[in-house]
Amino acid sequence: MDLLDGNLELKEVQKLQGHTDRVWSLAWNPATTATDVPAVFASCSGDKTVRIWEQSPSTRSWDCKAVLEETHTRTVRSCAWSPSGKLLATASFDATTAIWENVGGDFECVSTLEGHENEVKSLCWNASGSLLATCGRDKTVWIWEVMPGNEFECLQVLQGHTQDVKMVQWHPTMDILFSCSYDNTVKVWWSEDADGDWSCVQTLGESSNGHSSTVWSLSFNAKGDKLVTCSDDLTLKIWEADIIRMQSGDGYAPWNHLCTLSGYHDRTVFSVHWSRDGIIASGAADDAIRLFVESKDGLMNGPSYQLLFKKEKAHDMDINSVQWCPGEKHLLASASDDGTIKLWELATLP
Amino acid sequence: MVSGLINANPVVYEKKERRLRNLATLPDEYAVEPIDQQEIFDILFLLFFLLLISFHYASYCYLIFLTFLNHIRDIKDPEHPYSLEELKVITEDAIEVDHERSYVRVTFTPTVEHCSMATVIGLCLRVKLMRSLPSRYKMDIRVAPGTHATEAAVNKQLNDKERVAAALENPNLLDMVDEWPNLKH
Repeated sequence: MDLLDGNLELKEVQKLQGHTDRVWSLAWNPATTATDVPAVFASCSGDKTVRIWEQSPSTRSWDCKAVLEETHTRTVRSCAWSPSGKLLATASFDATTAIWENVGGDFECVSTLEGHENEVKSLCWNASGSLLATCGRDKTVWIWEVMPGNEFECLQVLQGHTQDVKMVQWHPTMDILFSCSYDNTVKVWWSEDADGDWSCVQTLGESSNGHSSTVWSLSFNAKGDKLVTCSDDLTLKIWEADIIRMQSGDGYAPWNHLCTLSGYHDRTVFSVHWSRDGIIASGAADDAIRLFVESKDGLMNGPSYQLLFKKEKAHDMDINSVQWCPGEKHLLASASDDGTIKLWELATLP
Repeated sequence: MVSGLINANPVVYEKKERRLRNLATLPDEYAVEPIDQQEIFDILFLLFFLLLISFHYASYCYLIFLTFLNHIRDIKDPEHPYSLEELKVITEDAIEVDHERSYVRVTFTPTVEHCSMATVIGLCLRVKLMRSLPSRYKMDIRVAPGTHATEAAVNKQLNDKERVAAALENPNLLDMVDEWPNLKH
């Protein structure tokens, strides 16, 4: 469908209740892309639990399949599936990262990663599933190597941020790590040779057209040559790099500021996610979900982005996370302080 | 805990005339009652008073009796012979309420520029407001412009909900907040 021409509506498919505190984050199982596998995602909450939700193939309705509890002793801030969809990693304010394995429908905690001084805030697996990155309030980013037998070995502790690190994200195809922080910057970590150490090769800060307050989240487009960041400064920013050059082994290609989407958000933007077909969704503290797409006009001055749709009062309270389903087109999940998760379908009005 | 006054020469302001409330009317459980400036002021004022007691004068329990009187504005700052309102730590004007948009903004003024308690005071204000107001309310808490040495840093921390959430999982801090009487009527 041509999104720019149609009258769009973000239709609420289902509201999922179960968490007893704010829902901080959610993650789709990447195995969801296969047609014969039911869609699954995990959510985590201030109630110290993780819930696994699965879609029934017959009724298409979503149910809670498992509650992962009694492992984390404080808020579970974020969760991430390994690329194979077999392992789930969870980061908690209790300073630990837990690794869960699905054993015949039951989730077992098979490993606990300790090392951060205090709150672990985010984590991410690299594209091959061989590395896991974690970050937290101790201003550090840790890179863990996945060893046989569910062992994890810390390869490196990255220091550079001057405040707590809110989120880490690997590039979708290359082993380049991105971290965003309360110090208003995004740092890019890269290792020149495969076995070498990661070092900070670029800082996207205010002096390079970056954000002027906490950067909460970032997301890549399908090609991996653009990324979007969202911030407490009420803006989204789009960045671009020559990844063809990088992929051909020609050294590091820096990320450059492409444009800033300002004037759309009224309160902190906590979450941003770029769909495979190019729709950027944002979730903010003004309880609204917004969708943006690259605009077809304005190619004269380089690409620009426009607001496609705004869903006011999508939740009763702040929206902490928005995530597009990797398989089904135009299915979006959102998590909120109101303790609920909602599933949305982007549909064209007749 | 504290020897000598933190702020020996505070600026003193005039008190504001206050409108009378109709105390004879019984509260109607079902009536939609807009939350107004004065109500929030009362909540926060009581808080400030209790906060100062708990920090500096833990043993002065008898003062708590006074908080149940209606004249909380006239209660003295334990450090000074002036009331909190006269010191303008918090004033009714510093509370902005937008009932339509369910929005509250509180601006407080630490009595000294280097008040190390500003973050804790702000955090406690936020928690009490969170518990007293309906959950749909959005709130911003900040120190008054130009009144604190690390104003921007304090404001940023007070309004980062992740940091606030983590702080409230700290049992010591939560105990401190919980020790104050529940102000929700």
